Amino acid sequence: MRIPIATFIAGLLFGVGLTISEMTNPAKVMAFLDIFRFWDPSLAFVMGGALITTFIGYQWVLRKDGPLFAEKFRLPTKQDVDGRLIGGAALFGIGWGMVGLCPGPAIANLSFAGNNGLIFVLSMLATMAAFKFLNREKV
Amino acid sequence: MTEFTPLSATIGGVLIGISAVWMMASVGRIAGISGIISGGIAGAKGDMAWRVTFILGLLAGPFLAGLARPELLKASFPTEGIYLILAGILVGWGTSLGSGCTSGHGVCGIARFSARSIIATLTFMATGILTVFCMRYFGVIV
Repeated sequence: MRIPIATFIAGLLFGVGLTISEMTNPAKVMAFLDIFRFWDPSLAFVMGGALITTFIGYQWVLRKDGPLFAEKFRLPTKQDVDGRLIGGAALFGIGWGMVGLCPGPAIANLSFAGNNGLIFVLSMLATMAAFKFLNREKV
Repeated sequence: MTEFTPLSATIGGVLIGISAVWMMASVGRIAGISGIISGGIAGAKGDMAWRVTFILGLLAGPFLAGLARPELLKASFPTEGIYLILAGILVGWGTSLGSGCTSGHGVCGIARFSARSIIATLTFMATGILTVFCMRYFGVIV
C-alpha cells in the first residue's frame, strides 16, 4: 500500500510542476523549439531546475542502501548508444515538435484541456501497445 | 507566441526534480513517464498499481495547481486534427524504440550523466527544433 501512495505523491508533484511551468500548454513547448522565430526559452529553465534538483537529490539518495519502500534501486542498465536509441529519440522529437506534447504533459493535459490532448494520448497509447506486440520476442 | 516566464518555469522544474528524487528515494525507480505508461500496457499484474496511482497523481496535479491559480490551466494547440494522431504515433513509437522521453532521458538520465540520455536528449531537441522550423517554412503553423 505504501508504494502506490508514494508514486501518487510523485505523480502529483510532477503534475503540479508541469502546470506551474505551463509545460501543459503545447503552444509554450512549441515556442521553446521555435528558436528561429518567436523563441520562448522557458522550457530550458524547467529542465534546468529539474536537472539540478534531481542531480543533487540523486547524489544523496543513491548513497543509501536502498529505497524506503522497495528492495533496491532500479537504474537503467543499457550502456550502448545504438541506432535504436538515436532513431527512437529522433522520431520522438519530430512528434514532440509537431504538436508540442510529450508523454507527461499529454497525460496531465487530459484533466482540463479537452479532446485534442485525448486524441494525441489515444494515438500514443495505441502505438506503444503495437510496438510492444511487434517486439514481444525481443523484449 | 508565448511569454518568457523564467521564475515559474524554474519553480515548476524544481517540483519536477523533487518528484524524480522522491520516486527514487521511495520506490527506487526513474520518473520516466513514457516508461511508466508503456510498462503498464499488458504488464504483469503485480506491477500495475504504482503505475496507475502515478498517472492519477499526474492527472490530479493540474487540478491542485488550478485551485490556486486557475489561469495556469490553459492549453492552446498550434496544430490540430491529423497532426495530433501523427504526433501520437511518432511519440509512442519513438519513446518505445529509444527507451525514454523528456522526463526519463532529459531529466533523470542526464542527472546521472548517462551518455545514452545525453545523446537522446540532444537528438530529440534537434529534431523537435527542425520540425517546428519546417512547419513554419511550409506554413503549417503561422
